[in-house]
Amino acid sequence: MKINKLYLVLFLLALVAPTVLYPVFLMKVLCFALFACAFNLLLGFVGLLSFGHAAFLGTGGYVTGAMMLHTGMGPELSILAGTVAAGLLGAVYGKLAVKREGIYFAMVTLALAQLAFFFYLQSPFTGGEDGLQGVPRGSLLGMIDLSDNMNMYYFVLAIFIFGFWLIHRTIHSPFGQILKAIRENEPRAVSLGYNVNDYKWVVFIISSALAGLAGSTKTLVFQLASLTDVHWHMSGEVVLMTLLGGMGTIFGPVVGAGVVVTIQNYLSGGELGNYIHIIMGLIFIVCVLAFRSGIVGEFQKMMKKNFG
Amino acid sequence: MSADYVLETRNLVKEFKGFTAVDDVNLKVERGTIHALIGPNGAGKTTVFNLLTKFLTPTTGTILFNGKDITSMKSAAIARKGIVRSFQISAVFPHLSVLENVRIALQREEGNSFHFWKSEKVLDKLNDRAVELLEEVGLKDYANTITVDLPYGRKRALEIATTLALDPEMLLLDEPTQGMGHEDVGVVADLIKKVSANRTILMVEHNLHVVAQLADTITVLQRGAILTEGDYATVSQDPQVREAYMGVEADDEVANAIAAESAATSAAEKESVK
Repeated sequence: MKINKLYLVLFLLALVAPTVLYPVFLMKVLCFALFACAFNLLLGFVGLLSFGHAAFLGTGGYVTGAMMLHTGMGPELSILAGTVAAGLLGAVYGKLAVKREGIYFAMVTLALAQLAFFFYLQSPFTGGEDGLQGVPRGSLLGMIDLSDNMNMYYFVLAIFIFGFWLIHRTIHSPFGQILKAIRENEPRAVSLGYNVNDYKWVVFIISSALAGLAGSTKTLVFQLASLTDVHWHMSGEVVLMTLLGGMGTIFGPVVGAGVVVTIQNYLSGGELGNYIHIIMGLIFIVCVLAFRSGIVGEFQKMMKKNFG
Repeated sequence: MSADYVLETRNLVKEFKGFTAVDDVNLKVERGTIHALIGPNGAGKTTVFNLLTKFLTPTTGTILFNGKDITSMKSAAIARKGIVRSFQISAVFPHLSVLENVRIALQREEGNSFHFWKSEKVLDKLNDRAVELLEEVGLKDYANTITVDLPYGRKRALEIATTLALDPEMLLLDEPTQGMGHEDVGVVADLIKKVSANRTILMVEHNLHVVAQLADTITVLQRGAILTEGDYATVSQDPQVREAYMGVEADDEVANAIAAESAATSAAEKESVK
């Protein structure tokens, strides 16, 4: 029951956090945390390194942005549409990508994501280099005004908790058992009669839909959908967040996203802004060389060693 | 008396870019027997296994299971038909518990393997059956151990328990005693004997003691082709086999056995270095 208490404490902290910290910053952390958790579902629990997850984040963002700007739909339906769109794209991309393994899987996802990037760069509805600006946040169920940052924060928190719960449930489900089996020993899973590609495909769809959910939510928060979100830099950043926080742990990506977003926010305002990529690169190198299990992973190891 | 064959290959050929790894193999495995596939290194034994379970696709030839052509089926489908294989390197899921390993095999029949919205607690009803299977291979006390912590011999026992969970009609065992110490070899050999009841087993094995003890029929492969076939007495007296297997003509059966033992021991050493 220790873990339940931990969840409760974290939940309470999340509830009071916006009274201390800037809500938009917290919302950014939550969006990226959800994105990284979705990514980690593939990398940490099935062993699939997708290098094209920005495509799903961006798709969610653009679709939600366009819906809010051009149709009369509310934020909840627009977010749903963005999520479904990312899931559908994930179904197509995933079907192609799961046929390959290891580095080839990463390359296929990267290539497909670049296709998406150029599509969004050229299509008229995305605003090209400018992106979709001035996306209204609307009001939830027509009642709660989301342009208020506090309202928006709790809405984002609810979305994050839903996404986090779904990932947690997926990992601890009969389906999740097979995923772990595939990660641990794929030929054996095949020899036990499982069509592993089908399982990879389904989890790819779940992961891409949740990445889309993160992107949709992010668009509402910043009232902006831009090319940054579909750029391959973003696909790399989510790898960094996940590895830094601890791949294959449930909290790792959340911590990793928190750390990365904090560093970026802190640096981009100051004199070191120009060096941001160098600094992130150095952090990545240190992480890979010195603590491979990531922050949460190393912490768990330490706990196990000293108290287990 | 006409024999009843579970598995049959007809003119099975596998070529890798100009090199013929399996050359026109006609294998017939009789129902209810233990059939051993032996031969020197590189004879194509594992390739035959990979062809039978479709981890490789045959260049030409047909594979029949219970008289039906299964040549075009995929690996997972073949497993569901009832042919389950093991691997040269022990095939377990190392970071799952011993119980979970067996449960993954049992889970397939439940039809809930895509249910990502359900709690894994629904799998708990399989625990009793899983423990039964573990008991059969002497692993009951290890049910909650993380598999990676098991000694090598017990990992192989776990692999057999996992395979039995599928209740396969036919087992393909790829060097089940490879890399084991003497005591473990005996345990696993007994285990194979035990599980062979009502089943057909095709095994690749280097340890001739085990082959002599278990196999009803032996097929000797050399350079991808069948050299000879028969029971242990016939095969072990065949001068061709002696030459192929030993490289030189050996004096007697004892010499054969000693060489096989030392091969097994050095394999065990290699394994422990890994």
